[in-house]
This record gives sequence, structure tokens and C-alpha cells, in this order.
Amino acid sequence: MKNSIFKIAAFMIIAIGGGYLLTQCGTSSPDKGGGVLSGSTAEEVFVAPGELDEYYAFMSGGYSGQMGVYGLPSGRLFRVIPIFSQDAEKGYGYNEETKPMLETSWGFIPWDDSHHPELSQTNGEIDGRYVFINGNNTPRVAKINLTTMETEEIIEIPNAGGNHASAFITENTEYITASTRFSVPVPQADEKIASYADKFNGVWTFISFEEEDMEIGFQILAPPFNWDLAHAGKGESHGWMFFSSYNAEKANTLLEKNASQLDKDFIAAVNWKLAEEYIAQGKARDMQVDFRNNEWDESTQMATSHTRNTVKVLIPEECPGLVYLLPTPKSPHGVDVDPTGKFIVGGGKLSADMAVHSFDKMLKAIENEDFETTIDGIPVLKYDNILQGIVKQPGLGPLHTEFDGRGNAYTTFFISSEIVKWKVETQEILDRVPTYYSVGHLMIPGGDSRKPEEGGKYMVALNKITKDRYLPTGPELAHSAQLYDISRDKMRLLLDFPTVGEPHYAQGLLASRIKDKQVKTYLLEENKHPYVTDRESRVKVEREGNEVHVYMTAIRSHLAPDNIEGIKVGDEVYFHVTNLEQDWDVPHGFAMMGATNAELLIMPGQTETLLWKPIKVGVFPFYCTDFCSALHQEMQGYVRVSPRGSNVPLSWRLGDDTGGADPAP
Amino acid sequence: MILRYALLPMLCLFMMACGSSQSKIDEIKARSVAAKPEPMSYEDAVKDWRNNIGVGPIKSIELGEIDQELVATGFDAFDLKCTACHDPYKEKIGPAMLGVTERRRPEWIMNMILNPTEMAKTDPICLGLLAQYNAVMADQRLSEEQTRGILEYFRTLTLEN
Repeated sequence: MKNSIFKIAAFMIIAIGGGYLLTQCGTSSPDKGGGVLSGSTAEEVFVAPGELDEYYAFMSGGYSGQMGVYGLPSGRLFRVIPIFSQDAEKGYGYNEETKPMLETSWGFIPWDDSHHPELSQTNGEIDGRYVFINGNNTPRVAKINLTTMETEEIIEIPNAGGNHASAFITENTEYITASTRFSVPVPQADEKIASYADKFNGVWTFISFEEEDMEIGFQILAPPFNWDLAHAGKGESHGWMFFSSYNAEKANTLLEKNASQLDKDFIAAVNWKLAEEYIAQGKARDMQVDFRNNEWDESTQMATSHTRNTVKVLIPEECPGLVYLLPTPKSPHGVDVDPTGKFIVGGGKLSADMAVHSFDKMLKAIENEDFETTIDGIPVLKYDNILQGIVKQPGLGPLHTEFDGRGNAYTTFFISSEIVKWKVETQEILDRVPTYYSVGHLMIPGGDSRKPEEGGKYMVALNKITKDRYLPTGPELAHSAQLYDISRDKMRLLLDFPTVGEPHYAQGLLASRIKDKQVKTYLLEENKHPYVTDRESRVKVEREGNEVHVYMTAIRSHLAPDNIEGIKVGDEVYFHVTNLEQDWDVPHGFAMMGATNAELLIMPGQTETLLWKPIKVGVFPFYCTDFCSALHQEMQGYVRVSPRGSNVPLSWRLGDDTGGADPAP
Repeated sequence: MILRYALLPMLCLFMMACGSSQSKIDEIKARSVAAKPEPMSYEDAVKDWRNNIGVGPIKSIELGEIDQELVATGFDAFDLKCTACHDPYKEKIGPAMLGVTERRRPEWIMNMILNPTEMAKTDPICLGLLAQYNAVMADQRLSEEQTRGILEYFRTLTLEN
């Protein structure tokens, strides 16, 4: 009986499977985007076991506040870099060393919404040093080192609300920009919300990056529109920064309707080189503000949060030539500059056509002072005089454009769920592919720089809606990215892959640029942590009042010390654990029963600190959480907690080694 | 059993249907069946220690008079990077170091420190020690100079110290 069921099942598998395969290969089914099952397409994204991907992709984690590191073409996720949100798995924002990274003028904030990663550039080309990303909600910008893939610095943006047009950089990473999506009173004040149009402002922020350190270089006061996205000029337009906006209506309620009235909104063209001259001439006002700049020091392995109190602000009315407004249809979202720097594309999300502005024409219009009007002291250029051309009826809801370096542009259409390829010079539409579904940003490695990698080989669509593309997981579904081949005339879908959080925007680069620069371990000799225990002979436990400091070491497979006695209820116990390993890929974890924060995850040569506040009498275990060796299960210890006021002396033990008073027999 | 028969024609069909996808699969298969030579037994290898320099960057070492400067370098490096697992005079996580220069070639000692991961894969003495101590030796990324110092320090270890 059993056998015959198997036979029938086997026959069915052959029949159905075979038939399916025959229909799949050679033909393409539109729903599956061109036969992903076909052998040739599968091979194009197949990275064999033991082989490495060609590209790194750094994809924002959206409302997770983090960033995912993926490989392309496989779409495999390698690491989630903790940035704006606490990460219990890595101890980030929980251990004593990294807590200051999340300090703001509002105090400690455990979360943010991260949207736009941007790789550092030199001469407009990706240089593989850093990736930056914005925090939207409590306006911040973070810097991540590409050799450690750790967050090294976070700077808060004063005078801003909703830091969306960020973190976009100028072509030598002179500045990283930030701006205000939600205009607010500047300086903040107790104003009626209905006074929005008169009393509120946006700011364009230029974060300087001298000696690889972020400081607020200057801010420029902006009209109270919703400043949405940005991109720097490049090549001949280097020195200018372009910010898109919606809500030229200056609405402060029901924006869905009230900010969609006008036919055109504006892209602001900011001459930041001129801003530097105005500052040198003393035209900037020093404004009293309150914001934090948090920095990670690799040698002490500690973060410090610094309070900053002034910022230089330029006011466009007082600085002729600093800013111009380019009328752009309608509620433009993305503002994207092509690799030559000659063309500025505005993705007018409510417009049937897409405007391409000419930088040359913009300069001529400025020279001729050919202005339509002025808004808050800023000249508005005439649309017809700056327009290079329009992409006619390309799709519904254009959002973002990237480039392949071969004269082609690729624009996403949110409403019609597709990507359209068009020629930059002529605005002629060349090809279109569907996306599944509702694509937001797209990413071509280097596709917003002067030199897209390999002349544009891959393109990733970053989708907002997933629906039926993966096995369903209750009401909340995985977000989705899709990989396309763009090396030929026709774009081809190669792969779907799920992502962490919302893959809002992404950046990519050839793996060869950074793969061999990865830090493998931290040298014990260079560990300047104030509580380092660089060898087992220096293990100790010290009491200062009710604070107890445990100088602990970890190596395969023991924690030293592993018996601690003389701790009392009400103590604050700091475990400073140094990982003595010097080999790659041997982190040790540290978990203490009843700890109200998280675990530690300590890289080789590093020291991390866990604060534990025992509230119960008893004997409690600690152990290593990261499976480190065959004897990982033996990597454990005990803390004896005595009642408050008890006279059990402080002591510790590891095997035959003891310290403090002799532990009780 | 029947399922296996079912999968075979499936596989053939797949290959026929989609043509050229064999190359990478064959490559992976080839990699996964690389032959391993049988290592010498631990007992034989210990007897034969004078002929074993281990595997690693050190091919030959000439030992002269004890160089005290080297000993000092070696002591510091050993204290910092090795004492979590090794005590000079008694067994800890790994073996005691006393007398090691009388039972292993200097090249073997240095290769064991510099290249423990490879040693643990192929060297018969190292494989035997791994079985005895149940612990892999960590690669502590010591320099050749530090390692040479540690060797010199080991030469000074006597019970009188």
C-alpha cells in the first residue's frame, strides 16, 4: 500500500516537474520575471559554495535603524551593522562602551529610521573608505568605517526636523548633507502650528569632513518646504548641491491634499563653494543650539558623547547668488545628477512627464538674471530656460534615477511598479521592466557617482511591497529587493531576495575595493581600554564602595576568573571582559544571568563592559554565548551574591589561581 | 527507495531541459572529494621527532649561545599571548613548556606557534596532542621575531629557575 502511494507520487513528480521544466526553459513567464528557474539565469546569480560575491551592497535597514551588508549577485546577507538602534545580539547600545553613541540632545535614544547610505568618494569615484547614513526621526548622520564595518561617529543635526535629504556627499567628500523634511521654528520656539508659513523654516546642513571627522560646517536657512532628497553636482557642476522639495504650498495640515496643489515645486541649487566664501567674509551668524557629536575611539574602544553649542547659519537673503530655485513638476522626490554633471533629473512623483534640467542652461539663466520671482529672497529661475528636455509619459509616479555611465538613465516608477531605461541626452525611452512591487529607490553600484562600477552591470530595485513573492509570514512580510542585469540593451530580472527592515536606499561597490582591507583582529598590544586585562596574570576583582570591577579575560575555552565571591545585593558589578584571542573569527560572548541589558560580543583583542546589578541572594552563572570551540559548553563561571551587609570577603578563583581572600572551602 | 528512482529521471530531465548548468556543479563535486593522506601515528611521530620540522614558514634554525635580549622579547610575548593556556612548569590548558626544546625541533616549535591552524590539520604530533588535550592551539598572530624569542626563552627553562 505504502509502496504504491510512493509510486504514484513519484510518477506525479516526474510528470508535473518535467512538464513544468519544459515550459520554463526557453520561454519567459512575465510573473516570474523571465524564467528565474532557467539554468542560464540561475547560473548568473549562483555563487557556488566557497566562492565569493563580486559586489558588496550596503542597504539601509529603514525603520530598523541599521544597515545590511549583502553580496551581489547572490543577495546573501552577511552582516547587520548596528547604527541608530540598540542591538542586543552585538551588545551595541547596551554595553558601557557604545552607550554614548546613542546620546542626543534628547538623551539616550535607542532607535531611529535610516534611509540613505552613501559611500565616500574621491574625484567623484567611490573610494572605499566610509559609508554614511542618515537618521530621519531624531536628525542625525552616522559614519561607518569600511574596514571594521562598525559605526565610528554620529552627529546630531540642530535646527532640523526629519533629516531626509541625507546623507548625500560632494564629490571629494568635502561635505555630507542633511536637511529638513519637516520644517520647524528656527530656533525652536513655542509657536502656533498655523503660523507655519511665516514662522517655520527648513535648513540645508553641510557637515564638513576634514581629517575624516564630522563637524557641522554650516547651515543655510531654507523656505518652509519639505526638503526631500539631494545630490551633489559633479564634474562641471561640482561646487553645487541640489535639494528637491514638495509642499511649496507651505501647508501644515492634510499635506496629502494641500501639498499637491501647485503644478510645480522646486529643486534648490545651492552654491556651497560660494557659501565657504561668505563664511570667510564673516557673513554667517553664530546661532546658539544644542546637539551631540558622538565619537568612537578605536584605541580605547570607547565612545564619547560631546555636547556642541553653536552653529554657523547663512541666510540666503543676505548672500546673493548662494541659492536658486528650479521649478520642477510636480512634488519632485528624487533629484539625480548624471555622471557628467550636466543634467539634473527631477522625479516629479505626481507628474505625467519627467523634467531634465541642464546645468549649463541654469548657469546662463543665472548670468542673465532671468528670474520669474523670488521666494524668501531666493531667485526662482524660469522653467523653460533651464529645461534640457522631458521624458514623455514614461510611467506613473517617477521617484529616483541612477546611471550606468554609458549615457543611460534608469528611473523607478512607484505607482506603475516598473523601471524605465532612457537615454540621458535625448530623453528617449529604451526599455522597461516590471518590479514586484512598488519600487522606491534603485541602486546601480556607483550609479550616483561619476563612474558607475564596470559601466553598469547590476541594478537592484528596492521595493516597498512584497505581497506574494515569498512564503507568507503572518501579517508582516519580508521586504524585498530585486536584482537585474543591465549589461545588455534589455534589462533582465535575475533574482528576488528578502532584506532586513525596509531596504530604503542602497550603495554598492566592487568587493575587490575593500575585501582585503578588512580588519581581522584588534592587537592586544594596542588595546588602550582603561579596564583592559591584556593577560591572565593581570586578572583581578576590585571593590570601590558598592561598585565592583571584574577584570576578566576570555580565551578558548575559559573565562578568568570563573568563581567570584563576596558580591552583595545592591552592588553594581562591572564585568570588563577582554578577549585574549588574536585569531580571526574568534569572538567570545559573555552573558550574566539576570542582566537587564544584553550580552557582550567581544572581538579578538577587544574589551567590553557589562553592568550587572544583582538584586537576589544566591549563586548565579555566567557563560560564553558565541560557540567558540569544542569546549565552548565548559566556558562558564559563577558569582556568589551574599546579603547586603554580609562579611563574605571579595575573592576570585580560576583553577589553582586565586585572588583576594581565599574563597571559602 | 522509490523516491530515489523518481529523482534520477527528474535530474536527467532537468539537465536535458536546461542544458549548460553542469560546469559549476561538477566543480563543486570535484572540490568536495579531495583526498587526504593518512597521517603517521602519534607514537611513531613522537619517536621520529628529530625528523619533523612541522609545517609553516620556518624551514631551518641554527641555535647558538643563549641570547638574553631574545629571551627577554620571548618572555614578554609568552606572558602576553600564551599564559592563558600555557604555564612554563606545569600542565594548564595545554602542556607545560619545560623541556620542550629537548623533545621537539626548534623549527617545529616555531611553526606550531606561527601556524597552528595548518599544523592541527596535518602534523601527526599536533594531531595527537589535540586528542590528548581536547583543545586547539589558538593562532595568537605572533611575529617571527617574537616567536624566535619565545623559542629562546623556552631554552632557558630549567627546574632550577
